[in-house]
Amino acid sequence: MSVVGEFTKGIYKENPVFKQALGLCPTLAVSNSVQNAVGMGVAMTFVLVMSNIIVSLIRGFVPKKIRIPIYIVVIATFVTIVDLSMAGFAPALHKALGIFVPLIVVNCIILGRAEAFAGRNTVVRSLMDGLGMGLGFTLALLVLATFRETLGNGTFYGLPVHWKGFEPMLIMILPPGAFLTIGLVLGTMNWWDRRRA
Amino acid sequence: MEQRMWKVSASPHLNDKESISKIMWLVAASLAPAGIGAVYFFGAHAAWVIFWAVVAAVGTEAAIQKLMGKPVTVSDGSAFVTGLLLAYNMPAESPFWLPIIGSIFAIGLGKQIFGGLGYNPMNPALLGRAFLLASWPTHMTIFKTAPHGGTISGIDVETGATPLNLLKLSQDVLRQVKINPAEVPAQKVAEATEHISKLYDAYGNLFWGKVGGCLGETSVFLLLLGAAFLLYKRYIDLRIPVSYIGTVALLTWMFGGTDGLFTGNPLFHVLAGGLILGAFFMATDMVTSPITPKGQWAFGIGCGVITVVIRLIGGYPEGVSYSILLMNLTVPLLDRWAKPTIFGGAAKK
Repeated sequence: MSVVGEFTKGIYKENPVFKQALGLCPTLAVSNSVQNAVGMGVAMTFVLVMSNIIVSLIRGFVPKKIRIPIYIVVIATFVTIVDLSMAGFAPALHKALGIFVPLIVVNCIILGRAEAFAGRNTVVRSLMDGLGMGLGFTLALLVLATFRETLGNGTFYGLPVHWKGFEPMLIMILPPGAFLTIGLVLGTMNWWDRRRA
Repeated sequence: MEQRMWKVSASPHLNDKESISKIMWLVAASLAPAGIGAVYFFGAHAAWVIFWAVVAAVGTEAAIQKLMGKPVTVSDGSAFVTGLLLAYNMPAESPFWLPIIGSIFAIGLGKQIFGGLGYNPMNPALLGRAFLLASWPTHMTIFKTAPHGGTISGIDVETGATPLNLLKLSQDVLRQVKINPAEVPAQKVAEATEHISKLYDAYGNLFWGKVGGCLGETSVFLLLLGAAFLLYKRYIDLRIPVSYIGTVALLTWMFGGTDGLFTGNPLFHVLAGGLILGAFFMATDMVTSPITPKGQWAFGIGCGVITVVIRLIGGYPEGVSYSILLMNLTVPLLDRWAKPTIFGGAAKK
């Protein structure tokens, strides 16, 4: 696969949320508003790219038996950077995302890419892979958050987008709305893929 | 040469004059008295809500079946019944879009997405209600219309209190007094006591339907009229309603009072709220209830326990709809557990 292909595959063809169904816990939890989705997406992409680079750099001398703890330490380092910078520069966002920022450490997308890709590919490819997967995750969150925030709150990125007399569908920003939305989006995507195939 | 086709299908091979559409339309007919009663008690707007719920349910079913290239089976009446039951679970003054969205959700995501009639794990009408309750709680829990012919005398209807709601609020006051007597003003205590005694005295209102509530759930008499017809036709049997209502009565008698065990009022709890509608018309739904007698008893008891837990402990004053939905999910397990031994098969160990 070309280097560009490593980047583009994460966006749709191997989208971490919609195709690999990984990282669903933060996806469902923070997709209740577009702001949260963007913040989470950026944080994830940063950690994903940086940990992919480091894991790819050290892949030559990491003992196979203890590679997972080593990957976790690498990931945790970058998560701490994100966590503290977010608390310092975007405290409102940090508060809204809450526990889900530290939980990026054990996010299965990041560990999955480290284990399945960065641990056995060159630095450039790992960088492209991390970027693509991060972008795919962010896009998935944006799609879900767009539906959920506009229907459940009548806003998009905090700006009102509703007609007069609109009454928000509260369920959409509650947990059941996350499951309903992701189910319908996944169903539509599978239907589309099958129709094209 | 004519080719003969033999159809091989699983047992039972009984032939019967009954059909889905006949059963469904007769169920709809058995719900008619309560619907007419709703229009009498709550005014013409109740008919408006019922109309939109039914039209949207039938329309959604037809549209989805058409889009998916399936035969359109709206004439079997099952979508009609779903729309009707959903409307019966809504306040009479709902804005017209509320029953429409509820019906679209109930048919689309409660029924057709699983494959249509017979494949839905949960009662679509109740799923629609649960969806509306989570989405627009203010519309679904505020009852402004006073029923025609008066409400339980002397109790303000403008506060939107259903009998169960009022009971919950008043009992909370009485419980508060026991924990911390100094905090609660004496006037409030007297008011709560008066409310409770009036509620417990209003069996007539509860039985005939002159109380606040969802439009189709209030009149126990009219619902029983329809249920008696279904029992006579044997479309439903008494196992689920009896075990359900019996469990509610027993548990509310034991735990429903504020002065210790066995001080509750079981008759009030049976007559108030949506228990009769739920127990006879929604818990007994053929698709979403167990098929064996043993499973049906367990199903009814489970519904009763969950209803009482929600009514007495939970945040909502009424728990019928959630209890039936939760028990619907246990039906596959109940059916496995209650599977009868095949004739000639080995005895259970």
